[in-house]
Amino acid sequence: MRALQHIAMAAGVGLAALVGMGHQASAQIKIGAVLSVTGPASFLGDPEKKTLQIYVDEINAKGGVNGQKLELVVYDDAANSNSARTFATRLVEQDKVVAVIGPSTTGSTMAMIPVFEDAHIPLISLAGAVQIIEPVRKWVFKTPATDTMACEKIFADLKSRKLTQVALISGTDAFGKSMSVECHKVASKVGVRIMTEETYGPRDSDMTPQLTKIRDTPGVQAVINPGFGQGPAIVTRNYRQLGIKLPLYQSHGVCSKQYIKLAGEAAEGVRLPCSSLVIADKLPASDPQKPVVVDYARTFQQKTGQAVATFGGHAYDALMILVDAMKRAKSSDPAKVRDEIEKTKGFIGADGVVNMSPSDHLGLSVSSAFHMLEIKHGDWTLVPGT
Amino acid sequence: MQRVLDSRIWPLAALAVIVVIAPLFFSSLYDYRIGALVFIFALAVVGLNLLMGFAGQVSLGHAGFLGIGAYAVAIGPTYFALPAWFSLLVGAVLSGIVAFLVGRPILKLKGHYLAVATLGFGVLVAIVLTNEADWTGGPDGMNVAHLMLFGWKVHGSDTWYWLAGATFIVGFVLAANLVDSPSGRALQAIHDSETAARMLGIDVARKKLTIFIVSAIYASVAGSYLALFDGHITPDVAGFLRSIELVAMVVLGGMGSVFGALVGAAVLVVLPQALTVFHDYEQATLGLIIMVFMIFLRRGIVPSLSAAFSGWRR
Repeated sequence: MRALQHIAMAAGVGLAALVGMGHQASAQIKIGAVLSVTGPASFLGDPEKKTLQIYVDEINAKGGVNGQKLELVVYDDAANSNSARTFATRLVEQDKVVAVIGPSTTGSTMAMIPVFEDAHIPLISLAGAVQIIEPVRKWVFKTPATDTMACEKIFADLKSRKLTQVALISGTDAFGKSMSVECHKVASKVGVRIMTEETYGPRDSDMTPQLTKIRDTPGVQAVINPGFGQGPAIVTRNYRQLGIKLPLYQSHGVCSKQYIKLAGEAAEGVRLPCSSLVIADKLPASDPQKPVVVDYARTFQQKTGQAVATFGGHAYDALMILVDAMKRAKSSDPAKVRDEIEKTKGFIGADGVVNMSPSDHLGLSVSSAFHMLEIKHGDWTLVPGT
Repeated sequence: MQRVLDSRIWPLAALAVIVVIAPLFFSSLYDYRIGALVFIFALAVVGLNLLMGFAGQVSLGHAGFLGIGAYAVAIGPTYFALPAWFSLLVGAVLSGIVAFLVGRPILKLKGHYLAVATLGFGVLVAIVLTNEADWTGGPDGMNVAHLMLFGWKVHGSDTWYWLAGATFIVGFVLAANLVDSPSGRALQAIHDSETAARMLGIDVARKKLTIFIVSAIYASVAGSYLALFDGHITPDVAGFLRSIELVAMVVLGGMGSVFGALVGAAVLVVLPQALTVFHDYEQATLGLIIMVFMIFLRRGIVPSLSAAFSGWRR
């Protein structure tokens, strides 16, 4: 019976909290968010949620938006597209939000889109794949640069080094797969030839056989590794163990100190496209993004005690673009806010400078979204001229 | 009470009343969506319950059949221009055939070995769905066209609520009839003792295989409904966690209780939604509540409660 009493108490506290929230809700602007806070994509959802909470509090402390406080409703879809769809319906039907940020993954985003297209409520996704904004959907926007742009950045760097024949070794997870498909599309446009492609599973612990095949393929001048998590670090180590001398390119999926730590000395000389946030303190003072990313990185570190991750930056940009749009619209009416989001021009965020238009619901250019970095002495350095 | 639940007409009538009455308490399309999801999962759980509760065989890979059904209605209309309802039938037949091929060797195993073998099957389906990206869209999943029935587009959570509710009733009636048939009694005999059942002249392997196929078809249809309802499907529909969720629904509702399937599905679909007020502790709270259920209602919600109501029978 003891246990039952405790449960009753817990339920009572929960109910009281719920009632309390209900009271506050009057005359507030409700913003929804569906994020993968737990589950396999929690490395995305966790910093995103923290970022949103930090900045919603900050905005409210400064008096809110158009004289009204923001109220953030966050649901955790655990990277399950079926739950994401249910929470989308809930945000629209029950919580009556005016706009939604998230979800963290492409699969969840694609499942949620029809709900917002039907309900005429703007959605700003934090997921990567280009299919979210191509074709353009009236109510759907996103903030992270696409993997197409990462491929373009890598190929541009290759061409500046007069390298045109490459090999791919990609992960079979969502990230690696999507980027590999996009790199194939971009390659044929810019005149780069993909000589061969190998794949590895997300939990594989040795990529020597795949890399040996690539080494023995004649004509390969550089190797690109679209991948995520620990896979790219293993590829990098195996690459050096096999003594392959060709330039190695990693993707924006491993723009974290964790990668350098895992790959160790093998990471020396590896190049990869990353957003400004990763090298906030190394950006030249003339870079328009410098104040924004330095401030965001510092705030996030102070409030959470964790190192800043690029994923939180996506949420920062989404929230700020949304708040700016509400201010310009002088309203929180979903239709008016949507029109203003689409008119976002010259917004400087963590992911780059955003210029949206009716035909571009991302608004990032390759040059502002990515810097080409090279790893030297266990740290990032900017490759000159990028 | 026990006798009322045991007879065939009353549960059916009660179920029909639940399906019709529930919307009176709904305030928005969100509630209809939750209701529809409960019936869709309950359909899969009824099938799995036949296997687990009546035949006593554990399957940890049943989401694999959910996945086959789901991707059948996604791939059929997209690549072969088949109507969605026909794709659903193709998916069901395919699931039946796969269950037949997989079940023959697997069902010779017992206990933990059977559980591990079915687990392997479920994981296999999820891997194929993830890796065959040209057909399935890979980990990001693929869009599913709307279901058209006689030129009428099935669209909206309320419509799906009625369709899923009606389908669940049909599935419920079929399952209840099966349980009460000679086959059903043979299955319960297998559950109690395979050796004794064999002594009575029951073809144990054949009966087990039949019920495995039936439960696979239930899961496949539920998977097709889920895909058509959501309009987008990702490989996590066939994932290991989904399989566990289905087993949890069976155990929570009550093994061997057809009605328990609905209760189990309802609890595990509705609770996570109700617990979002606990924010970071929702998973822990969910686990705690399930533990309390299993400690105080050991045989599952429906059998324990109906036994408690008719205390004289125990």
